[in-house]
Amino acid sequence: MEEVQRKELVCIGCPLGCAVTVELSGGQVGKITGNTCPRGAEYARKELTDPRRIVTSVVQVEGGELAVVPVKTLAQIPRAKVMDCVGVLKGIRLQAPVHRGDVVVENVCGTGVDVAATGEVERAR
Amino acid sequence: MTDVIIVGAGVTGCAIARELSRYSCSVLVLERAWDVCEGTSKANSGIVHAGFDAVPGSWKARLNLEGSRKMEALSKELDFPYRRNGSLVLCFCQEDRQALTRLYEQGLRNGVEGLEILEGEEVRKLEPNVSEKVVAALHAPSGAIVCPFGLTIALAENAVENGVEFRLGTEVEKIEPVEGGYRLTTANGVYEAKALVNAAGVYADIFHNMVSGRPIRITPRKGEYCLMDRKAGACVGHTLFQMPTALGKGVLVTPTVHGNLLTGPTAADVEDRESLGTTREGLDELLGRAALSVKNLPVRQVITSFAGLRAHEGGGDFILGQPEDAPGFFDAAGMESPGLSCAPAVGSYLAEEVGKYLSLEKKANFKAVRKGIPSMGAASPEERRRLAAENPLYAKVVCRCEMVTEGEIVDAIRRPLGASTLDGVKRRTRAGMGRCQAGFCTPRVVEILARELGQDPGQITKRGPGSELLSGHHKDGLCVQVSGDRRDV
Amino acid sequence: MKKDLVVIGGGPAGLAAAVAAREAGVEDLLILERDTRLGGILNQCIHNGFGLHTFGEELTGPEYAARYVEKAKALGIPCSLDTMVAELSAIPCAGPGEAKVAVTALNRQEGLFAIEARAVVLAMGCRERPRGALNIPGSRPGGIYSAGTAQRFVNIEGRMPGRQAVILGSGDIGLIMARRLTLEGARVKLVAELMPYSGGLKRNIVQCLEDFGIPLRLSTTVVEVRGRDRVEAVVVARVDQRGKPIPGTEEEIPCDTLLLSCGLIPENELSESLGAAINPATGGPLVDESLETNQAGVFACGNVLHVHDLVDYVSEEAAQAGRRAAAWLQGGLPRAGRRIAVCAGPGVRYTVPAFVDPARMEERQAVRFRVDNVYREGVLEVAFDGRVVERRRKKVMAPGEMEQIFLKKAHLEQVRELGSVQISVCPN
Repeated sequence: MEEVQRKELVCIGCPLGCAVTVELSGGQVGKITGNTCPRGAEYARKELTDPRRIVTSVVQVEGGELAVVPVKTLAQIPRAKVMDCVGVLKGIRLQAPVHRGDVVVENVCGTGVDVAATGEVERAR
Repeated sequence: MTDVIIVGAGVTGCAIARELSRYSCSVLVLERAWDVCEGTSKANSGIVHAGFDAVPGSWKARLNLEGSRKMEALSKELDFPYRRNGSLVLCFCQEDRQALTRLYEQGLRNGVEGLEILEGEEVRKLEPNVSEKVVAALHAPSGAIVCPFGLTIALAENAVENGVEFRLGTEVEKIEPVEGGYRLTTANGVYEAKALVNAAGVYADIFHNMVSGRPIRITPRKGEYCLMDRKAGACVGHTLFQMPTALGKGVLVTPTVHGNLLTGPTAADVEDRESLGTTREGLDELLGRAALSVKNLPVRQVITSFAGLRAHEGGGDFILGQPEDAPGFFDAAGMESPGLSCAPAVGSYLAEEVGKYLSLEKKANFKAVRKGIPSMGAASPEERRRLAAENPLYAKVVCRCEMVTEGEIVDAIRRPLGASTLDGVKRRTRAGMGRCQAGFCTPRVVEILARELGQDPGQITKRGPGSELLSGHHKDGLCVQVSGDRRDV
Repeated sequence: MKKDLVVIGGGPAGLAAAVAAREAGVEDLLILERDTRLGGILNQCIHNGFGLHTFGEELTGPEYAARYVEKAKALGIPCSLDTMVAELSAIPCAGPGEAKVAVTALNRQEGLFAIEARAVVLAMGCRERPRGALNIPGSRPGGIYSAGTAQRFVNIEGRMPGRQAVILGSGDIGLIMARRLTLEGARVKLVAELMPYSGGLKRNIVQCLEDFGIPLRLSTTVVEVRGRDRVEAVVVARVDQRGKPIPGTEEEIPCDTLLLSCGLIPENELSESLGAAINPATGGPLVDESLETNQAGVFACGNVLHVHDLVDYVSEEAAQAGRRAAAWLQGGLPRAGRRIAVCAGPGVRYTVPAFVDPARMEERQAVRFRVDNVYREGVLEVAFDGRVVERRRKKVMAPGEMEQIFLKKAHLEQVRELGSVQISVCPN
């Protein structure tokens, strides 16, 4: 019989912040306790099997009225790739103008997710 | 060989420099900080004392009265904020009345005009927020307030206009007598002068003792202050002192020339001449003591606190002039309170002494008048309209709290001995002095400084090298990733 | 210059107010904005999490702002950028329909100029509490920033305020900045929080701190700053129940930066110069159901009124202020005599609005408030003149999250001679 691991986490669904306990055996999520609502169980399952995050950061812009433009991943990417993602953004130089929605990196770190500008930077006057 | 070198660009050094610039001679001021007014002169009460505190016959008594009399005219000549608001020494119990009377009589002997002792009710009529416990007070209508930065910078700028040279960021390491004068060794080279003025604040004893066999000893005496929002500025109109103690004039509560409320200082002797930190005990004690003077002291309106060091000399008086065994070396040492009030008089006195020593002639083309930076915040509506119309940068507000415009900041940077640091801009224009304490304007002022000085924003400092405000660009500390493969850079 | 409506501030509140006023038929209006672009503080809040209520999607700050900027543009609402309002003053003896407020402003194009406005919406936002107000002792070196100043440096200018930071205050801005600094290559050594609980959202604690292994210490504060020219270390200590540092618990943490995220203060210097009465609990003007201050024709919304945690509520509140200003201009908002006080009972720090007039109110009026402590399974009570009319148990309420209840016009009109509505929280 496989050993059962217990993982504790705090649900972020609402201010209540339930302390949710999840039983894991062989990487499979088993019993979930401590949650007050179904969202807690869903959150815990996702967070333990495939945690994902939106990443927001800034990217260098050359010749613009501002030095950087804000960007975001257009969907969540695996949490483990968050630092890799900003590492990729470090190497990027955009030319002004940059417009909201402009894709800055395609398929960042092989996640299948693009990074796009969330702000505008016009050419420097 | 330079005619005169002044060590220290605080209010005393700058006052001497300005007065010496009336003479035909070369004057150089060496200052270790990266701006003038960086030591005791930037962290004090900003009071022009009436002159009743000092022992009759002392330097302090003599020069205070003279300084206090000169200050108003000087404020007009050099365009810095000054206001004669009068002062009150509060007496909280009948037992202290004798001491109050003695203070009154001492004031008369010192020549202070208009002194009177008021009864408790009269005091409260004059100052409605004064504590109910006050039974009497010594009223000195000639007491006044001044902007210590404004005064020091005005003196320095006027000195520059009249030919004085300033070397900032130049710390004097050694002074030794040479034939016909003194040699000063600094980190930036060696200087020689026929006469030397020691206005080095809490370091004055070190320089004095390098050349004189009659040692003096300066003890840095720390004073902590709290500054309150302009909303609290009308809490009192006069400067309110408490009965003096062995360590000084005690904790005062005063309006400032800019309409804030200031309380301080505490008094604690310290070893470290760089010990400029405030302490929890000090601030607690300060606010507790200040609350004795004023009903409902608006402690929640505190916007900043700071500490300064007074240069206290064991003898209790200023040490002015040449030690017997060091001709040509002029001390301006032990310049604790009322040093700010005395500065104009100390300047005149020492300039004269140096003039006599070097047989200097007064020059004909001395420019006595200096114009300050026009202040949008302090201007009348008509003046504001005119300033904004004349220079569009005066219509671009950078500091919201004090209404300081880009025009004023640019002026502060470009004028002689202009600001090169964030604090320098702050002390010249008040940008960042207000209730948000530079939260909004710091990035803008950094940008303007960088543009005007032709530097990168990363080089802009709070108060000189080592106090850089920024630390590189975003992601400097990260490794670059290329398609998932880590590549160290 | 004369205007029917002047909106002071072009952040989320000012934009939503202007849009709503225009949609309600106000033609002659103007937004005055001190920055060079619209959007206010949202422009530097580049993280996501905005707009779930308003747009049903998670936007970043600049994207949320852009939605309103585009609306304002589409409606042709004029605005003066890079324009600072220097003074507001009431025009004495202004008759009905005449200009009530003199607005003095400056900008590079027009210099100092005056506008006479029939109505004004105050939407100036808030500022951060500085170090001095927190009385943190120690030296005064470079490297001490409010979190918002650091946010501007990093997110707008791409510059780092430092390399090794301690953050005091675990409100959302502090938490967000902990993640921002980390993602940009700095190390956040600690987030210290004076209170025994965090003022931030759970989500931010998990995603901004725990994701990066940044420690959060509750009941802890900074008791000293060390370093002569630049911050070299801060000393933190635990605090007792009254928030006083406990001697012997001090710990020195080497760092080059201290960020302060210790509360926001509505910026009401202009409102006060106009004579608007201020609620000491919020730092914002006292307003009625129409978000009108005690100065007729002067409305307030957003963070200048009270500090919000969700921009969605700012937009909603501001839209109401815009609608009501429109109604006022169109003569549909007479000051009636009847005023029911809305007050904060036990457990509640304040309410906005502070008064309601059933005759003037819209069908449903949100009353927003904050509780004074963390309540689990607490009961929210609404009482009319001391008689409890509504009780609602809530799983959790915390000072960091604004609460709201709704008053219904029909309900209030039914109760004769109602003097006060009180909102309170009973602990479990």
